[in-house]
Amino acid sequence: MSTVLAAPVKPSRWARFVDSDLWYSFRHSPTAMVASTIALLCLVCALFAQWIAPHNPFDLATLDLIDARLPPAWIEGGSTKYLLGTDDQGRDILSALMYGSRISLFVGLASVLLSVLIGVGLGLLAGFAGGAIDGFIMRVCDVMLSFPSILVALLIDGLGRALFPNAHESLAFSVLVFAIALTGWVQYARTVRGSTMVERNKEYVQAARVIGVAPLRVMFRHVLPNVLGPVLVLATIQIAGAIITEATLSFLGVGVPPTSPSLGTLIRIGQDFLFSGEWWITVFPGVMLVLIALSVNLLGDWLRDALNPRLR
Amino acid sequence: MLAFVLRRLIQAVVVMLTVAFIAFMLFQYVGDPVTNLLGQDATVEQREQLRADLGLDAPFPVQFARFVGNALQGEFGLSLRQGRRVSQLIVERFPATIELSLSAAVIALLVGVPLGVYTALRRGSFGSQVWMTLSLVGVSLPTFLIGILLILVFAVIFKVLPSFGRGDVVSIGAWTTGLLTLDGWKHLVLPAITLSVFQLALIMRLVRAEMLEVLRTDYIKFARARGLSDRAVYFGHALKNTLVPVITITGLQLGALIAFAIITETVFQWPGMGLLFIQAVQFADIPVMAAYLCLIALIFVSINLAVDLLYFAVDPRLRIERVAAAH
Repeated sequence: MSTVLAAPVKPSRWARFVDSDLWYSFRHSPTAMVASTIALLCLVCALFAQWIAPHNPFDLATLDLIDARLPPAWIEGGSTKYLLGTDDQGRDILSALMYGSRISLFVGLASVLLSVLIGVGLGLLAGFAGGAIDGFIMRVCDVMLSFPSILVALLIDGLGRALFPNAHESLAFSVLVFAIALTGWVQYARTVRGSTMVERNKEYVQAARVIGVAPLRVMFRHVLPNVLGPVLVLATIQIAGAIITEATLSFLGVGVPPTSPSLGTLIRIGQDFLFSGEWWITVFPGVMLVLIALSVNLLGDWLRDALNPRLR
Repeated sequence: MLAFVLRRLIQAVVVMLTVAFIAFMLFQYVGDPVTNLLGQDATVEQREQLRADLGLDAPFPVQFARFVGNALQGEFGLSLRQGRRVSQLIVERFPATIELSLSAAVIALLVGVPLGVYTALRRGSFGSQVWMTLSLVGVSLPTFLIGILLILVFAVIFKVLPSFGRGDVVSIGAWTTGLLTLDGWKHLVLPAITLSVFQLALIMRLVRAEMLEVLRTDYIKFARARGLSDRAVYFGHALKNTLVPVITITGLQLGALIAFAIITETVFQWPGMGLLFIQAVQFADIPVMAAYLCLIALIFVSINLAVDLLYFAVDPRLRIERVAAAH
């Protein structure tokens, strides 16, 4: 009689996650926990702005100029109806913040996603193909890296504006996302190229080739998963960078259309009222921006250390 | 040596040509100068005539060569928005940006290096932890926000410093300077600090990391064993050896400072090239954009080239490696 050996129970995904080094390191890092709480809070506020926000800042019917430039609730003259005060058109700052961070986060995430796609693709190609293709892609990277990203983003944005002078708003968004993405892909390309060149000569890749797996399949199914670790860390840190770039471009007046203000636009609008003493219009969006950027940055730093085997 | 210099030079020329090509394409495909000049109602013959007069019917390479020739002489045509010569606009704005960027670089060095040394030597002390946290905030804060906060505190609340413009300037030939009047200095303080914060944090962190690295090396231990004072070890031996990368990075960052001046100039309405550029982007003023682009690229390429060559001159190991590789 043969007894069927019970196959070892494979722990569920959740159990494996709770048991993992990453989760352990997370629970022992107060910075990571605080940062992720703040980041999550911002994300929830942004995602559910429609339902959470006390007012709809874009609904012209609810705006009343009598409510314009009200200070925050705890300052004399403020009302609890508008916790953080109102701007020059009577829009509730708190609601504008929630809607604004939604736009900031959307542009930030979309452009990072796009630059990861471009960067990983080109990096894989360069590392795998080598030769002239590799040389060309890397020279382009060198040139891009020798200019500050904000300048490149401004240039692409300016180009987009000049090419489509009477563009629709949706196009303005695409131009912005493209401008930020095209400045960010270089770092992914360099990282991925480096690791691809290492992986390319390993035995599993040779084995896959020997049994006749198509080169494209080797590239995406075998090499790609092994080079994605550093990309993840880089992407986390770059989200903060992309959000700040977006805010800067919007602040300079060449970012998102003024009808859907992001945090940068709100700061730009508020700057005009600084001298008449209405500081809250510009300070609160600024604080929100810093909170998002700082928490994402701290998370990225933690992730880098947690995933680095040399630091364990 | 010669081959190395030559290769770098060729690389620089290729980059410049690429940038010039982008600028040229801007002219080529964005907006039609003939329509701009004649308006919508002109006849076909008038258009053809003007096209020929402007040399726009020449083949593509000829037009590009002409463009590069003009660009080399600093000629980029008329600004679409202001109707004045672009070269003249740039010359007027250039001194303001250079003064701002250099002041920011000086502040960043004068404050950043001592702070870096301090945080490295007193590692783990309360003071250095405070400075490290502050530097992290400094890196995370967007430039324009720093500027706005400084305006809020020093111009709006305390009313001690002006918040926009350059103040009184003195012209020396074609160069205008705000450094010779008290008013000019007052106007410079806030923008220069704003622009320097990021670089300051960067230099401080760099000096700290380099110092910690150097302090671990054998020759420092040996210097201590010889009984040298802390002061001599820290400043005579350690700091001196950390300064090469610091100077390199500062040099390279000078270009970044000029580029980031765009943001600072917008916040403080500083009449520099950056403000000119950002207005050009807003109004799709192609000639100004193209000229600024070429000028900035030239500055960047020159700085990179100079740093590369300096490295070669300073670090004898580079030379030996190359000679060894050649054999």
